[in-house]
Amino acid sequence: MSSPTPLDIDALLDNSATRVVVCCGAGGVGKTTTAAALALRAAERGRSVVVLTIDPARRLAQALGLPELTNNPRLVAPTAEIQAAGGQLHAMMLDMRRTFDEMVQAHASPERAAIIIANPFYQAISSSFSGTQEYMAMEKLGQLVAARQWELVVVDTPPSRSALDFLDAPQRLSSFLDGRMIRLLSAPARAGGRGVRRLVGASFGLFTRAISTILGGQMLADASAFVQAFDTMFGGFRERATATYELLRAPGTEFVVIATPEADAVREAAYFVDRLATESMPLAGLVLNRTHPVLAQLPAARAETVAESLERAGPAANSAGSLAAAVLRLHADRVALAQRERRLLARFRRAHPAVPVIAVPALAVDVHDLPELRGIGRLLAGEQPTVRDPTPAPLRDHSAN
Amino acid sequence: MWSDELVRARLHVVTGKGGTGKTTVAAALAVALASGGGRTLLVEVEGRQGIAHLFDIPPLPYQERRIAVAPGGGEVRALAVDAEEALLDYFTMFYNLGFAARTLRRMGAIEFATTLAPGLRDVLLTGKVKEATTRATNGIRTYDAVVLDAPPTGRVVRFLDVTRAMADLAKVGPIHNQSKGVVRLLHSADTAVHVVTLLEDMPVAETLDTVGELDLADLRPGAVLVNRARPSRLPDQSVTAAANGQIQADRIRAGLLAARLDLDPAVLDGLVAETVEHAMRVEAERHARARLADAGMPLIELPELTEPGGDGVDLGGVYELAEALRRQGVR
Repeated sequence: MSSPTPLDIDALLDNSATRVVVCCGAGGVGKTTTAAALALRAAERGRSVVVLTIDPARRLAQALGLPELTNNPRLVAPTAEIQAAGGQLHAMMLDMRRTFDEMVQAHASPERAAIIIANPFYQAISSSFSGTQEYMAMEKLGQLVAARQWELVVVDTPPSRSALDFLDAPQRLSSFLDGRMIRLLSAPARAGGRGVRRLVGASFGLFTRAISTILGGQMLADASAFVQAFDTMFGGFRERATATYELLRAPGTEFVVIATPEADAVREAAYFVDRLATESMPLAGLVLNRTHPVLAQLPAARAETVAESLERAGPAANSAGSLAAAVLRLHADRVALAQRERRLLARFRRAHPAVPVIAVPALAVDVHDLPELRGIGRLLAGEQPTVRDPTPAPLRDHSAN
Repeated sequence: MWSDELVRARLHVVTGKGGTGKTTVAAALAVALASGGGRTLLVEVEGRQGIAHLFDIPPLPYQERRIAVAPGGGEVRALAVDAEEALLDYFTMFYNLGFAARTLRRMGAIEFATTLAPGLRDVLLTGKVKEATTRATNGIRTYDAVVLDAPPTGRVVRFLDVTRAMADLAKVGPIHNQSKGVVRLLHSADTAVHVVTLLEDMPVAETLDTVGELDLADLRPGAVLVNRARPSRLPDQSVTAAANGQIQADRIRAGLLAARLDLDPAVLDGLVAETVEHAMRVEAERHARARLADAGMPLIELPELTEPGGDGVDLGGVYELAEALRRQGVR
C-alpha cells in the first residue's frame, strides 16, 4: 500500500484561508473534545477563534469556563500561550430552543413572533423534532461567520446516531415546514391542492378525519395556526438555511471527520467521506481517535513465550517474575489490539487512499482542564506525547501492513 | 448475576449510550434467552438496520423472520418496526384506507402525521412491541421473550413514557386504547430496562443518570450490562502503585533477566509505559465498577471480543457473548 498522507493539523489551522472547521463523526467518538482542542491550538498559534460546542461533557465545559448553557460566545480566559501568540479564544454551547426563538424574532414582526413562539406546535418542533438541533447548529454557524468577529470558527456537530444527519436533518426540517401536507391540512384550497385532491379523491378527506381522530383536533388547529403565522417568514427562513448550507461548500470551510478505531465508527466515517465528495464539500482529513500504539518494540510471540516460562516458575517462587510475566502479557494484548486497529484503518485507506489521516492515542483520563486539552491538540498535530510515554511509536505509521 | 426477577421478565428493553454496543448486546441477549429451545423476538425501532448489519443479512422488512438458531434448539426472530408502516396498519384496519393510505404515504402524508406528534411515533413503536410480547395462539405465547434494541440512554425514558406521549393524541380511538395496554405492560414486572455501558466515565455517568430517570418514571431498571470488559493482567497490589507512577522498573527488569530476556533500555521503558497505561485503565475501571455497584442493580460483564477480523462483532461474537450471559444466569 502506498504511503499514507498525514493530516497536517497545524497547516490547516495556520492557513488564513481556513475560516470554518466542521468536526463530524458518529456519536461518542470525541467530536466535542477534538473541536475544543483544535480551537485552543489555533488560538495558541495566534488566531482569533470561536468554538461552537454541542452538549459538552461537564468537565470540558468547565475547562472552557462555560458554567452553564450560553447561547452566545464567551471569552475563554487567555492562557499564557494565547497571550504570547496574540490569539483569542471564545467558546459557546448551542441552546437550540433559544436559537430557534431568536431566528423567529429576526424574521417576523414582534407580534407575529410572539404568536409563533407561544404556539404549542412550534414548541414541539423547536424542542423535539429530530432535525432541529442540526438545523440550529447550522444556523448558529451562519451567525458566527456572519459576525466577522473571528478569523476561524470551529464547530462541533450534534451527537446524531449517524454523521450524515448533520447534512440531512436541516433539509428534512425545511421540507417539513415547507411541506405540502401542512398546507393541505391547514388550507387545502389555498395550497392549490385541487390536483392532489382529485388524485387522491375522497380518501384525502378520510385521511384528515383519521388523522384528527388519532391526534385530536387541537393538534391540527395548532399546526394550522402555526403555518399561517409562519408562512410569511418561511421564505427568509429557507433562504437562510440554503445560504448556510452553501457556506459548507464555500472555500475556507474544511471538514474534519472523526472516528474511533472500531468497525462501526470507521464505517460511519467512510459514509461521511463519500457523502462530502458527492456534495463537493472539502474534507481536510480523518482523525482516528483513541488508538493504542505499541510503545515497546518487542514481538508479541516472544513476550508470550517468556511470560509462559515465567509463569511456569510459579508466582510464589519469584514475585518479580510474576510481575514481569504480567507486563509481558499486557504487552502482547496491546500488540494484538494495535494490529486490529491498524487493519481497520488499512481497510478504510484501501477505499479512500487520498484521505489524510492522523491517529491520536487514547488518554487514560477524560479532559478536564486546558493543559490536558492542549495535550490533545499536540497529539492532533502529530507531536509526540510527552507524559510518561518515553518511547511512543510514531503515530503516522499505521499503513505498515 | 441475573436475578430471579429478571428471569420472570418477558420484555427486555436494552438501552445504552451511543457506541457502547447496545445492538450487539441486545442480539446476544435474544440468543441467550432462546437457548435450550425457546423462541425470542429481537426488535429494532430506529430504522438503522443494525440487526441486519450484525447478522449479515439483507435489510429486515416490517415482518418477523427467523435470523438465528440458539444453542440447544432455540430460535431468534427479528423485526424492524417502522412507525409509518404501523400507522398504515391502523389506517387499513380501522379506517379502511389501505390503498389510498399508500398513495398518501408517497406524498409524505404519513411521515407528516408521525412528525406532527412525536408522541405518536413512540406510541406506534411501543404498541407493536407490546403486541408481539403479549401475542398468543390457543393460550400459548408466541415468544418466550422479546428483546427491544431501544433508543440510546438520552432518549429512552421519553420513548418509554407512553403516558406522556398519549397526551399528544386524541383521548379516544384504537391507538388510545392500545396505548393503555402498553402503559400497563411497560410498568409491570414483565418489563425490565437494561443499560449497556463501558467502564468509562461518560457511559457510567449516563448509566447512573438513566437509572435515576427510570426510577422517577416508575419504569423498572433491569441489569447493568458492562460491555467490552478487559482483563486486568496485573496483580491487584501492583495496580494502584503502577497507576500512581510507582512502577518498579527494576523489579520488572529483574524478572525479565531471570527469564533470560535481556531488553534494551528503550524497550524496557516502553513496557513500563504500557504497564502504567494499563494500570491507570484498570484503576479507572475499578472506580467505574464501584460507582455502578452503588446503583444496586445486577451487574453482568461481557468480555471484549478479540477476534482478528477487525470488522467489529460478527455472528460468532454474538454467540460468544450469549454464552457469557448464560454463564451469568441469563435464562
